[in-house]
Amino acid sequence: MAKIVVDGTEVEVPAEYTLLQACEVAGVEIPRFCFHERLSIAGNCRMCLVEVKGGPPKPTASCAMAVKDLRPGPNGEPPVVLTKSPMVKKAREGVMEFLLINHPLDCPICDQGGECDLQDQAMAYGVDSSRFAENKRAVEDKYIGPLVRTSMNRCIHCTRCVRFSTEVAGVPDLGAIGRGEDMEITTYLEHAMRSEMQGNVADLCPVGALTHKPTAFHARPWELAKTEAIDVMDAVGSNIRIDTRGREVMRILPRTNEAVNEEWISDKTRYVWDGLKTQRLDRPYVRVNGRLAPATWQQAFDAIAAKVKGTNGKRIGAIVGDLANVEETFAFKQLMGKLGSPNIDCRQDGAALDPSLGRASYIFNPGIAGIEEADAILLVGTDPRHEASIVNARLRKRWRQGGLKIALVGERVDLTYPYEYLGAGPESLAELTGNGTFADVLKGAERPLVIVGQGALARADGAAVLSLAARVAVAAGAVKDGWNGFAVLHTAASRVGALDLGFVPGEGGLGTVAMTNPGAQDVVFLLGADEVDVAPGTFVVYIGTHGDRGAHRADVILPGAAYSEKSGIYVNTEGRPQFANRAAFPPGEAREDWAVLRALSEVLGQKLPYDNLFALRAALVEAHPHLGRIDQVEPVDASTVAALAAVGGATDKAAFVPAIRDFYLTNPIARASAVMAECSALRLGGTAVAAE
Amino acid sequence: MLQDKDRIFTNIYGTHDWGLKGALARGNWDGTKAILEKGRDWIINEMKASGLRGRGGAGFSTGMKWSFMPKQSDGRPHYLVVNADESEPGTCKDREIMRNDPHTLIEGCLIASFAMGAHAAYIYVRGEYIREREQLEAAIDQAYEARLIGKDNIHGYPFDLYVHHGAGAYICGEETALLESLEGKKGMPRLKPPFPANMGLYGCPTTVNNVESIAVAPEILRRGASWFSSIGRPNNVGTKLFGILGHVNTPCVVEDAMGITFKELVEKHGGGIRGGWDNLLAIIPGGASCPVVTAENCEELILDFDGLRAVKSSFGTAGVLVMDKSTDIVRAIARISYFFKHESCGQCTPCREGTGWMWRVLNRMAEGRAQKREIDQLLEVTTQIEGHTICALGDAAAWPVQGLIRNFRHVIEARIDQYAANPHPDPVPVAAE
Repeated sequence: MAKIVVDGTEVEVPAEYTLLQACEVAGVEIPRFCFHERLSIAGNCRMCLVEVKGGPPKPTASCAMAVKDLRPGPNGEPPVVLTKSPMVKKAREGVMEFLLINHPLDCPICDQGGECDLQDQAMAYGVDSSRFAENKRAVEDKYIGPLVRTSMNRCIHCTRCVRFSTEVAGVPDLGAIGRGEDMEITTYLEHAMRSEMQGNVADLCPVGALTHKPTAFHARPWELAKTEAIDVMDAVGSNIRIDTRGREVMRILPRTNEAVNEEWISDKTRYVWDGLKTQRLDRPYVRVNGRLAPATWQQAFDAIAAKVKGTNGKRIGAIVGDLANVEETFAFKQLMGKLGSPNIDCRQDGAALDPSLGRASYIFNPGIAGIEEADAILLVGTDPRHEASIVNARLRKRWRQGGLKIALVGERVDLTYPYEYLGAGPESLAELTGNGTFADVLKGAERPLVIVGQGALARADGAAVLSLAARVAVAAGAVKDGWNGFAVLHTAASRVGALDLGFVPGEGGLGTVAMTNPGAQDVVFLLGADEVDVAPGTFVVYIGTHGDRGAHRADVILPGAAYSEKSGIYVNTEGRPQFANRAAFPPGEAREDWAVLRALSEVLGQKLPYDNLFALRAALVEAHPHLGRIDQVEPVDASTVAALAAVGGATDKAAFVPAIRDFYLTNPIARASAVMAECSALRLGGTAVAAE
Repeated sequence: MLQDKDRIFTNIYGTHDWGLKGALARGNWDGTKAILEKGRDWIINEMKASGLRGRGGAGFSTGMKWSFMPKQSDGRPHYLVVNADESEPGTCKDREIMRNDPHTLIEGCLIASFAMGAHAAYIYVRGEYIREREQLEAAIDQAYEARLIGKDNIHGYPFDLYVHHGAGAYICGEETALLESLEGKKGMPRLKPPFPANMGLYGCPTTVNNVESIAVAPEILRRGASWFSSIGRPNNVGTKLFGILGHVNTPCVVEDAMGITFKELVEKHGGGIRGGWDNLLAIIPGGASCPVVTAENCEELILDFDGLRAVKSSFGTAGVLVMDKSTDIVRAIARISYFFKHESCGQCTPCREGTGWMWRVLNRMAEGRAQKREIDQLLEVTTQIEGHTICALGDAAAWPVQGLIRNFRHVIEARIDQYAANPHPDPVPVAAE
């Protein structure tokens, strides 16, 4: 710790703090453009200049100077920093003027207006008139992909975008060419950026040079209602803010949560919102003579009741999809219980996860933030870059800190950081239980981490692979006091919550694959389950939001609410329950899913005992108290991993295949999004050709 | 005037053999082993005692700079980097060393590297210096062949010397930008601290020195610090390569004592000013970044660090650019301003935006197409650049303009009046509010 005097206030800060951080501790705001807490220090905007007493007779960039680099006074007095002196004021005004001389006066048509750092700081630290009589610089706009729009006249060359793509995303597409005032930010050959997190560069841009292309010219920030919610595009549970105008979702932005997504979100999370407006199911449908015909709620319920009444509960199945929240899954399970059906499943992909073993067998035990403590990481059958981009960013962050060894068993993929490739399938994984190069690395590590992906589990020998991975973890000493390095990386937002509720086949019940076989069931209820193929002959009731695979197969469609249109709890891959607020309303006659289930239960004569969401939630929390402890990860019994390791089983030789083939089109909302379709086409079609 | 016996560079005009044989005949590589045997501390103390100030422009004590290197390696190698990116307009002294007296530099590299515990040194040669680089490389090959340097050399200190050829950017003469460029990155200055002596080339302790500072070191150590410090005025000692260029009758590079008067230098070596002494308008004393010195101040001007500070200019690299009265001083400074605008790396705001602004305003002033109040405004812009940038290029760009306004305001005003007195189709621009 070191003492420092900021504007007369003495504070004690860690010696490695920068002056800017020390000033913040002292409660003094320092303006900045290029500095960002999560990026390397560039020191190039010069907006954060402060005066250091006893230092050189010129101001110092506070973002780049450490407290420990300052010399104490002659008698050991703490160094003195001034942020309001005439020298500092003049420096700020000077820098502000330089930034503005070549910045266009297009605030009225700029999407950044209202949330622009340059605007705000010009108001606070600038002068009111211009002395610049020359022509302003003109810079050609660049094509950098379908997600980020450029307006390069506005660029102030802070290089935050360059540093983000190089450091955090690990896909160094962006760079600067030219020198001096001819310096330009570009992807060099004007190809599209290739990161899954590129939208973050537009958030980072302190001016309007990089803005979100899909939301360009749609709305002003001050006319949007802001709702805090949780993302469902993957199992990370990224904290998001949904901005709406009236009933319409206008954009999605990240919220900071150090434990989960820091302040990044993936492009799918951010730009999927246009999928919320297209292909929506806004009224019930009933299949008549082989064609789906619009119907009233009553007609739809009658059609279901006619089918279900008189059907044995054992011939009724239920599958919950990837986007469901915990409340509706809970209601769904209760309804199925009342109907006498043991055939329930939340594992659309058939992943061999068994909640009866204990929670530690299916969650990401060390937590996402725990990745930063690991010193050796084994990835099994997973492609974190596409299955959970934010987790991959954490892995990369840890790798950048150095001293980390990473290896992969599965398909060779580009993870944005180097790793040792150990093999393709279970055999290579089995070798790690013994001795060998990487087995020894894991054993020698203080905090080894084994991450198992769904690609390793969604297969016939999935249970055996899971057990084998647990065995590797146990053999490496990954499970010990204060550290549980066994981690299952999920891809579905609903999965951990549904597993917590035990939404898996009961005694004698059938799983997803068995249920969808021909003749296995008479009636199957799908709660937003679009990744399954129910065999012909089965009567399918689809409760969901989009006219996607599930709706096409359905005999009765009950329109539900998308994740932005309902309040609920989601449990992410770490087992962290998080609360999402409702930002908008479902379209047309669609209703929140729990309400649909509640109404259905009454029609079926099995009325669920709650009349509003709060009563449902109260019942849920009573049955599963840990889901009521929002944002807290329940401590788990680590011995579960050892028990899991003891399960054993025979593995076959087939190679692991990644759970996600097309990052942009993994769920019905994404498949309805034109933006995601464009990204997907771009990705699969190889190089993008800019419009002529 | 410097006596011939006190000259360090005895082949600066290339009249003799530049190669090893000639160098040995001139006394290079004489007793190098004995110097090394006296040890690191002796060398550094001797360099400090000699009072040698860095010849690259800033004039920081060379011995002091060497002493900043860690005494013991913490496992990281140490490096010496020689800055031969001589890009300052008006400066052409290092090229003469490299092409005509390269062994002084090579020997200096060995001794300096030894003094700071470096086993490898890099010479970063300016991109435009093709012949100089070839000559230097040939000389290094000779030194390797004679086992004067190399892994297993006769001096018993393993040492490798590499020449790196830059791509011709002025900013790569700034020491940290030079290191970036040497590492294969874009030549953009680094933030300091950490200083190169702590984290320099590839993150290792590094000292960056000018060619001349290194090349004079062997001779200083051979003849003793007191010899060197006896030449010139206190705090400004030794011999120095001066460049005389511009409107003189015989432009040249010459070695002379520090503290020589401008008049003596230009009369003795430069053959006098074109059209006689009274035709002198002004000089730029040490490369383009130094403020101009008017003819009145040149009368008694002493050419050394303190002498030029006294007239609010700086000694720089001692490349004295002489301008006679045929010079349009405003256009001359506008051209220098264009140079700095062109060579700004674009990293930090004041220099990136300010250099272009200054150049455009000066260009108009050269025509007279400006308002008189813009003169003060321009002066203020220079102070907004100066001291606010990452490296010294911002200062370097601001000083010539400040010098112009300080010394030749009346010329600018006369130009504006002249323009305003005549009808012109182009309006004088006024800033938008």
